[in-house]
Amino acid sequence: MKPSHVLVCALLLLSPGVDARVIHSETSLYQNIIVMEDGSVRCMQFTIRKDQRNQSCIDLRATKHLVFPYTRMMLGALLLDQSPAHILMVGLGGGTLPTTLAQLYPDAQIDVVELDPAVVVVAKKYFDFAPTPNMRVFEQDARVWVKRNAAQPTRYDLIMLDAFNGDYIPEHLMTREFLQEARELLTDSGVLASNTFAVSQLYQNESVTYAAVFGEFFNFRSPDTANRVIIASRGALPSSESLEITAHTLAPTLTPYGVAIDTYPALMKTTPDWDPDARVLTDQYSPANLLKGRP
Amino acid sequence: MRRTVINVLAFGGGFVIMSLELLGGRVLAPYFGSSIYVWGSIITVFMLSLALGYLIGGYISVRGPSLRRFSLLFVAGALLTYPLVLYAEPLMHVVFEHIEDPRYGSLVAGATLFMLPTIVLGMISPYSVRLMVTQADHSGSVAGTLYFVSTLGSALGTLATSFYLVLWFEIDTIVTLLAASLLGLAAIGWFAGRRT
Repeated sequence: MKPSHVLVCALLLLSPGVDARVIHSETSLYQNIIVMEDGSVRCMQFTIRKDQRNQSCIDLRATKHLVFPYTRMMLGALLLDQSPAHILMVGLGGGTLPTTLAQLYPDAQIDVVELDPAVVVVAKKYFDFAPTPNMRVFEQDARVWVKRNAAQPTRYDLIMLDAFNGDYIPEHLMTREFLQEARELLTDSGVLASNTFAVSQLYQNESVTYAAVFGEFFNFRSPDTANRVIIASRGALPSSESLEITAHTLAPTLTPYGVAIDTYPALMKTTPDWDPDARVLTDQYSPANLLKGRP
Repeated sequence: MRRTVINVLAFGGGFVIMSLELLGGRVLAPYFGSSIYVWGSIITVFMLSLALGYLIGGYISVRGPSLRRFSLLFVAGALLTYPLVLYAEPLMHVVFEHIEDPRYGSLVAGATLFMLPTIVLGMISPYSVRLMVTQADHSGSVAGTLYFVSTLGSALGTLATSFYLVLWFEIDTIVTLLAASLLGLAAIGWFAGRRT
């Protein structure tokens, strides 16, 4: 049997959805990319284990609908800025977030940085990812790109970090220094949203690292799933009343995407629920993949 | 006694080489990423440096080989390793400013940072063979044992660094510990060399 066949068999055995079938599978320079289809839901996965964190999905019947909680939660960042003009996406996945943002803000300039060229190809072929004229896709290491572009004049109103798919965490994108560089790319009131780790020791380390760079931030944990999105700002955080008002304004626009934005302000908390003495992740100390394995 | 000392030193040299190589990837990542080509640069630099080290080490072992001179290789290794703590950051910054392509950026930065210490550490292997060989017909088994010992050191250096050291310490702390270990090994060699 060819390795890819073994993989496919393993997938079929491990997946709870009996109807799920593999429609594409490849090993790129950086990872396995597997496209699965289960009924009308099509997902990009980077591991053979069925794990929500590792997926990027679209619903073929309702393409606007954002299948996973964390993608919806990332849009909570819009509560801090209803109309971002310059948006930076780090990590493409199936391209659902850039596609959604391009629909919401057709005039916004959207830059996407994705390390793996194969992911871009798969997103275009299987996930209807079609870069608009206002969208640029850079196939580069995000750390190098961010460092290079800090010297450029472009500043972003919104940065979304979602480069942590798959089993391996790029440790140089977890550090205080990287977040400081990303913060430099923000406008004075720019907002950064990051899909982060909600379980394991890494939750503690990542939380104190974001706090070290941004101070107070919105810790947005899903009540139902193991998702946590950090929403931080270079400026002052708005009050919860202000979040509520913005949520009402945004609700009609976001409802077609399945985003219950009205429920978000109550879940966005600024009180730390992590160990303040955890070690900050730095370029000198960043064993994120080892910490992920610790309870 | 003398044989044990040489084996311990060869083991330590192997340990430091691979620990340093693994740290190399971490050191370069903030400026050049951690893609496959960054590892390609690191491995190329280390292989080239070791090749040169073997050549030079073999050459200098011909004239007046002694355990004390052997120990001086470890002192030189320590002196060339420690500056990484001080100069890695500014050096990488300069390379980053001048070379846009992260493939060649990582190659140049990797060579600048790691070539000199690795050449010196590469000299350990052939020199240790010279110190141990007394008869030509035993040279193969002596070399085999020394390669065994130093490669075992390399395996342990790889494992210890990637499993534990990066979890406990900062990179600079590990580099300092490696340099200190080389000095410690040099002291052992120097002391043992004195008695014979």
